[in-house]
Amino acid sequence: MLHLITQTFDIFKHSFAGTLNLFSLWILPVFIVCILFTALYKKIPLYDTFIDGAKEGFSVGVKIIPYLVGILVAIGMFRASGAIELLAHALSPVLKLIGMPADILPLAIIRPLSGSGALGITTELAKQYGGDSYMARLAAVMTGSSETTFYVIAIYFGSVGISRIRHALIAGLVADIAGMLAALFICGLVFK
Amino acid sequence: MLGYIWFFLIITALIIGGVNGKIDAVVQSIVNSAQLAVEISISLIGVMAFWLGMMKLAENSGIITEISKLLKPITKRLFADVPPDHPAIGHIAMNFSANALGVTNAATPMGIKAMDELQKLNPDKKVATNAMCTFLAINTAGVQFIPASIIAILAAAGAKNPTVIIGPTFLSTLIALISAVTVVKILEKLPFFRQTASCHCEETQSVNEAIQKE
Repeated sequence: MLHLITQTFDIFKHSFAGTLNLFSLWILPVFIVCILFTALYKKIPLYDTFIDGAKEGFSVGVKIIPYLVGILVAIGMFRASGAIELLAHALSPVLKLIGMPADILPLAIIRPLSGSGALGITTELAKQYGGDSYMARLAAVMTGSSETTFYVIAIYFGSVGISRIRHALIAGLVADIAGMLAALFICGLVFK
Repeated sequence: MLGYIWFFLIITALIIGGVNGKIDAVVQSIVNSAQLAVEISISLIGVMAFWLGMMKLAENSGIITEISKLLKPITKRLFADVPPDHPAIGHIAMNFSANALGVTNAATPMGIKAMDELQKLNPDKKVATNAMCTFLAINTAGVQFIPASIIAILAAAGAKNPTVIIGPTFLSTLIALISAVTVVKILEKLPFFRQTASCHCEETQSVNEAIQKE
């Protein structure tokens, strides 16, 4: 019964994924065309307006530098010290209770801190266990269902010069934890 | 808040690195990460400039306001302190869609534009508003329809059927989104996270006293 459901789900998913792929490929070109023609229709000075907006690109890029240096250096140091392995070791008995494999734990810890780090661990796990294995899929879904919260916060709040972020970080981390726990539960149900 | 976590990350790194005998790697990572941060920022400038220019055209031709109006029923609850047809809402919606569709290089400038608009409504330019925190929470839930880079990793590791993760990933991000919005709405009401912090108390007090005297 469950097999039948996953099979029909699979067929649906393939055509669905193809359409979505095509859609995401064309969304930007269509979007640009829409903007340009609307602006033309509204008789807005096209090039001047574009330049006016684009001017801000440089100042935003420069403005986020100190925020990004602050966050990325702290995270880089934390990763280099081996603290993540230690934390994973300390947490593993607790997380075993909810069925989280020990090998996946470093991924869960690194995910909010570093996007490239998380992709690196996912690559390692996929190589080690095989691309169709439960571990690889779990790692993939976990990585996909959360975000590099620290990076997002550094860039967005940095771009407007806000340093007192109130509850944004906690909410972001809760989102990551919820996403990863959901990934663990759903993968256990679908892939195991 | 961020200050304490920042302090914690650096101090733990130095202590654990020292005990592990990895202190040289920790020190080296300062140089590497600082350089990486600057490289990321600088490399963002080009694509940022392009999309900020495009967004300016979209804004001036009324597209952004139109999107804001369209989404009024959803956003007036989520972003209660933002006027419903404010351009910020339009930018937030565009950022969300771009992220969900996996066009990250366009999503970041849109998000920055959204923050810029929200900052215009902010009475205290150093402290985040409720709307900003809600926007960030939605953003960090990371809703996406096609996790392209992860599918590529599975495919590279020899997966015959890497797209099977699309459904579970979408479902998980949806749960993350619901949790994030719920938590952000609860936390914004807590006195600990209230926007008007202690440093403004004296100011408000003196203003109140001045009013009373009059």
